[in-house]
Amino acid sequence: MKARTIQLLQFTGMFWAIPFVRLFSGEEILVQLRQIWTSIGLPVMAIAGFLLTWHLVAQRVNTSLGRLPGPMEVTQQAQVLWQEHLTERAKANDFYARQDARIAKIKAANPNAKPRRVAFTGKPTYLDQILTSLKTVFVGFIFASILALPIGIICGANKNIMTALNPIIQVLKPVSPLAWLPIVTMVVSAVYTTNNGLVPKSFIISAVTVAMCSLWATLINTAVGVASVNKDYLNVAQVLQLSARQRTFKVILPATLPMIFTGLRITLGVGWMVLIAAEMMAQNPGLGKFIWDEFQNGSSTSIARIMVAVLTIGMIGYALDRLMAALQQKVSFA
Amino acid sequence: MLQLKNIYKSFGEGRQRTEVLNNINLNIQEGEFVAIVGYSGSGKTTLVKLLAGLQQADKGEVLYKGQAIKGPGHERGMVFQNYSLLPWLSVAQNIDLGVAQVFPKWSKAQREAHVMRYISMVNLSHAAHKAPAELSGGMRQRVAVARALSMEPEVLLMDEPLSALDALTRGNLQQEILKIWNENRRTALLITNDVDEGILMADRIIPLNPGPSATLGPAFAIDIERPRDKTQLNHIPEYKRLRNDVITYLLDTGADAKRQKELEVNRELPDVKPVMPRSGFSLALR
Repeated sequence: MKARTIQLLQFTGMFWAIPFVRLFSGEEILVQLRQIWTSIGLPVMAIAGFLLTWHLVAQRVNTSLGRLPGPMEVTQQAQVLWQEHLTERAKANDFYARQDARIAKIKAANPNAKPRRVAFTGKPTYLDQILTSLKTVFVGFIFASILALPIGIICGANKNIMTALNPIIQVLKPVSPLAWLPIVTMVVSAVYTTNNGLVPKSFIISAVTVAMCSLWATLINTAVGVASVNKDYLNVAQVLQLSARQRTFKVILPATLPMIFTGLRITLGVGWMVLIAAEMMAQNPGLGKFIWDEFQNGSSTSIARIMVAVLTIGMIGYALDRLMAALQQKVSFA
Repeated sequence: MLQLKNIYKSFGEGRQRTEVLNNINLNIQEGEFVAIVGYSGSGKTTLVKLLAGLQQADKGEVLYKGQAIKGPGHERGMVFQNYSLLPWLSVAQNIDLGVAQVFPKWSKAQREAHVMRYISMVNLSHAAHKAPAELSGGMRQRVAVARALSMEPEVLLMDEPLSALDALTRGNLQQEILKIWNENRRTALLITNDVDEGILMADRIIPLNPGPSATLGPAFAIDIERPRDKTQLNHIPEYKRLRNDVITYLLDTGADAKRQKELEVNRELPDVKPVMPRSGFSLALR
């Protein structure tokens, strides 16, 4: 049980929780307490110091929207956003309840009637926006992987193709999402004309932009990984006389998986970073649009709300990275 | 059965060019166990790679039953120096990978039985479903041996299979490989840096003179009755004489090569891997 828990914590990267497990299972108390102090006490101290500095400095900065918000105001706005989410959900529930009641009444009067159901059209709440952002980055990540993995494998397998494509990759790699966005917008608008409301155009534009900016890490890592497969493994493949297909799927790809996952991890990180800018410009209703709207809104609480968004972005980014790190660990062989 | 005729092999070009093998002639009879012993870096691995078909000679012929060797083949099994197991496959899967190639028509159950038979032959039945990373060096090399044997090759090529192991494990594995070899006496070529190992296992031991431009020294026939017992060897005068002869020969040529090397400055070493972690050939008295 204990070993299992510790293994799970190690796998998810929550190393700080391990001493607690050991402490409660009655291992040497002093050692565990010292562990807890170094793994939790120190970071907590640093965070407290950071909040204090933020609090003190923020008080001295006056913006056109009032004093720069400190940690207190930001916490308060986080609660407000949560409340807004709850009220909006309550409104939606009320709306559907009323609609259901109305339909029931119509049906009671005339069983053959086919009353129209309408979806609630309230504004998206902060949590909806987070969800949209996650969906967008996920779709962008899938696009990036679909493009980068095969090209990376081909580049890694054939030196000439790598040499041929290398300049293109190197030139396109450092381009900012803000530069891609107008082009992507025009292209998507021209190609994706069947706007049936299933997938909003802004969503696709954001996702494609994310893919354009983030696919390079996966591509390069895959290519380098495939090109640098341990010579011993290739010798084995030769001596066992594996076919080209078997060599690819039984030797080269498994050997490259750790490198590929490192690439995918970077891709997801870059994608999440780029997403906010893409959403701001494309008006995709995610966290980027939230920040942009608050900025345009310019109320006295706007900056605090933007800071909530900043912290949210950071924490989600961290969580995504941990997730990918755990996957990466899973596919790595000793 | 296996023949090397006037083999030359070099790596690199122009100034970087290093002659590794120089006019190598070798003839291995069917059912014969030949050991080639030499300093690390003398081109032993290159030699065995030529026979395995992993590399091609610049000049000369590599023949198997009179036919030129163009690439690797199932009839020549190979045990690598650093095990070369695929770390993402279990022991059984590693072996099955080769078995499936050699016997493509077999059913899964047939293959599994075959694989398990060879795993038990190297005494690893308890570890059949473990990953190579969970095994010790000696166990890994057993897997590598089982993988090579399971493909039922006619020739077994072993490239310093035991040089990375500690002395005890090494002794055990020597006996085991000998025991398995004794059962059907396939043709075998053992590359080693350990004279004792060569004498214990082979019918014929041939020193490879230190590279660059390595040539084969004179063959020493080993007329010691099989099965040979490692612990008894030391009492056999023939063994002592052979051991002395081979070591003296190697030391003499080694000194010559060193003298020659001192004359040539900045000579690049050939592109062969050093033996880890015990490099150099062993004179340790055991």
